[in-house]
This record gives sequence, structure tokens and C-alpha cells, in this order.
Amino acid sequence: MKFTEEHEWLRPEGDVIVVGITEHATTQLGDIVFVELPEVGTTVSKDDEIVVIESVKAASDILAPLDGEIIEVNEALGDNPALPNEDATGEGWFFKMKASDPSQMDSYMDEAAYKALID
Amino acid sequence: MSELLQTPLHDLHVSLGAKMVPFAGYAMPVQYGLGVMKEHLHTRAKAGLFDVSHMGQVKVAGEDAAAALETLIPVDIAGLAKDRQRYGFFTDQNGGILDDLMLANRGDHIFVVVNAACKAADIAHMKTHLEPDVSVTPITGRALLALQGPSAEAVLTALNPAAKDMSFMDVATLDLNGSDCWVSRSGYTGEDGYEISVPAEDAVELAEALLAHEDVEPIGLGARDSLRLEGGLCLYGHDITTETTPVEAALTWAIQKVRRQGGDRTGGFPGADEILSQITDGVSRKRVGLVPAGRAPMREGVVLFADEESTAPIGTITSGGFGPTVGGPVAMGYVSVDHATIGTTLYGELRGKRLPLQVAKMPFTPANFKR
Repeated sequence: MKFTEEHEWLRPEGDVIVVGITEHATTQLGDIVFVELPEVGTTVSKDDEIVVIESVKAASDILAPLDGEIIEVNEALGDNPALPNEDATGEGWFFKMKASDPSQMDSYMDEAAYKALID
Repeated sequence: MSELLQTPLHDLHVSLGAKMVPFAGYAMPVQYGLGVMKEHLHTRAKAGLFDVSHMGQVKVAGEDAAAALETLIPVDIAGLAKDRQRYGFFTDQNGGILDDLMLANRGDHIFVVVNAACKAADIAHMKTHLEPDVSVTPITGRALLALQGPSAEAVLTALNPAAKDMSFMDVATLDLNGSDCWVSRSGYTGEDGYEISVPAEDAVELAEALLAHEDVEPIGLGARDSLRLEGGLCLYGHDITTETTPVEAALTWAIQKVRRQGGDRTGGFPGADEILSQITDGVSRKRVGLVPAGRAPMREGVVLFADEESTAPIGTITSGGFGPTVGGPVAMGYVSVDHATIGTTLYGELRGKRLPLQVAKMPFTPANFKR
């Protein structure tokens, strides 16, 4: 699993990369009340704002961590937007994407580096 | 945060695990361990304790203190019975609102509570216009606590049985935990409750005595904001400003008949011509409640349209967010009066999309005052 400075996690599953936000991020955001997800099939460029998260406090954006295509989104967030608060790296995932250049993953932090960042 | 002011409860907040943020020049707790959502729901279910010591407490004294204040505030202050409180606001020459406030008749003085961000300006305003005929004395040695929620009566009654006998907007001096406290049965959450002015040196002990009750949790500014929003209550600087008049803000109810046209003490406050003619002739826009149809919160600044295509805005949201008790987004804002009827569907532009919302009655949750 890799981590971005924007507090996203990226988990490769076969040739697909699952993306969510870290527990640290959900703690900072507070209770999430709404998530706006991209449409499946959308082509995205790294750093595009593709997800909007609304917490009780404020709205924030999630950036596409890689160039590629969105191939699945977590529809369960429609009914229960608080899933990332409950299980940030499991049930609370946001989308799955196919990276056009998987080597972009290499620039991101491993878990030890991310832990050092948030401590 | 070293340059920020601290309330007498600062160390208690930190020890309770509060997340402290800068607010109106003070370090204030925005939330505690429960988080905004649970703190909000707890206040509506049981009771929440809020530190509102950043707000300004002012004594206005002198034989004609009430009459003097009426030259700045379009409210019936001279007719306010002893030990009763009422809501009001300072207006400016154009009829705009300088700040909103609470006024209590304490017999030998009027006790005024104003917003933290405006208190220096409010005090200067009163001193400039009212002294030397009456004295304007900021109270700096007292904290202000708010105990809000359906359990508030039982919690405070355990410290002094007289708390139970107070009705909504009554004020009294009560011995609480061995300290002389100025108590009003009021608040800003839409719930029953009390606001308690306590000597600074006794504030921590009183807060701890209240928190010792199993029904009471400490509540931060985050939930205070969502509670007052669901309660349909205005936040100064957002829902009411110098750019909005009390009539546009749907606060005409706070201007008693005696101060309106035809009343015994009509006008005589800044902006009276504009405000009184608006009461008679109407306004072109007014503050309304708004309920988004979808789940996406619509916050301050969202521009409103009459339909999905039109290019001319008909209003703007001034406060909005998620209402934990409502279980969905709620908002308030100003719309042109042709679009202000309850039930009207409007469209808010959110991230480039027009999303429907409905003009709705406020409060969004029923008020639980003890009348």
C-alpha cells in the first residue's frame, strides 16, 4: 500500500488500484455526511479533483493520485457516507482505477514514511 | 496560538481533549472527543455544556439606561419587566444590523450580552452614544457558560432548586456551587436551557460540577453552529450584517409594536425611517429556510436561481450544512420575495451543477423552550 501527502491510500489489486483516504484524514475531517464520486469510465489526470467529501465541518476535494480511468466507485457511500470514518482502508474505499502509467505509484510514500509524516 | 486570548475554562477544555481553534481572537474548543455529530445529537437528547465566555458581558446602568439603549436598539427595553430578558440588535443609519444581542432587566441595570467578534465595537458604540448619562461597564471578570438540552433543567435544579421555577427568558441571581451566578433561561440551540454568568475564579469548579452529571457532555463550537442552524437562528456576520435589515432578516418579531409606526415610542433608533417603512411597505428580499432535496450540503455562498436555466440569481445561501437531527442538509439564505413562499423549489449552483432545494419553515427542528 502507498500513501500520498494528500492523505490518500493506494492499494494495488491485480492490475487495478483501489483508492481511499487514511484514518488520519477521516479523523481530521470529522463525520462525513456526503461523498460525490466520479462517474465510472471517466478518464482522469493526476491531481484532478475527482471526489468531493462533505463533513459536518466543511467540503474537501480528493485528487486523482494517478493518470488513468475510473473503473468502479463505492456505491455504498451513497447510503452510508460515514463508511470511511468507520473503516478507512476497508469498506470506506472511494474508487478503483486503472493507471495508464503504474510507475507513478513509485513516487508515493510507503507506510513507514507516511506514519513519519503524520506523527 | 500564543497571541490568542483564553477563557477561564481554557485548561479544562485542553484536559477534556478539545481541539482548540482560533475564533474571534480567542482559543476556543471546536469539538471534543465525541465529534461534532455526536455532540450535536447529545445536546438534543440530554444536555450539553458550552463555554461562551468569549462573548461580551456589559452592564448598562443609570436611571434612564433602558431609554438610552432604546436610542440604539429598536426593541421595547423600557417595557421589559424586571428579571426578564429579550433578544435585540444594534442598527446603523441605513437600517443594517451592527450586532445582535440579549438584554436583561436586572432592576438597577440592564445586562447586555453581545457577540465576541463585535464586542469591542459594541462597547465603543454604547460608550460614545450613551455616556455620561448612563454608565457602560464591560464585565471582564466573569465566564459565561451555556447549559442546553432537555436534561438542563434537572441538571441545574440539582445545584439550586430555584432553577426549575424559571420560565423561558427569565433571569435570576442564583447560588450555584457556592458562587453568585447570573442565570437566564435561554440559549442559542433551539433547546431549553440556561446561560450562566459565573465569576471567573469559580468557573472551572462550576463547569466540573455540571459535567459530573451523567447527562452532560462538553460541546464545542462546531455543534453550536449546527444546533443554531437547525434552530433557524442567525449567525452574526453571515446571516445578518450591516448589509441586511431586521425586516429582510425576518426578525421583525423582535421589534415590538411600541417601537413601530403608531407606537408610543416609535422610532428614535438608527435607521428607523428605513426599517419602519420596510415593516409597512415590505422588502424586496428576505431570509428564508432552505432544504436541499439531495444529500449534498449547500453552504454559505451558494448562489440560488429560480430554475435550472436562468442566468439571473434570485438569492444566496448565508449559512448551510448538515443538520444531524434533521439527518440531512439544511440552510438559510436571502431570496427575492417572489421566491420566498414556503414550498417553492429553487436551485442552488453547487460545483457547476444546479441542484434543487425547497423554501422551508424554520426552525428545522421543533424548539423545546419552557414557556
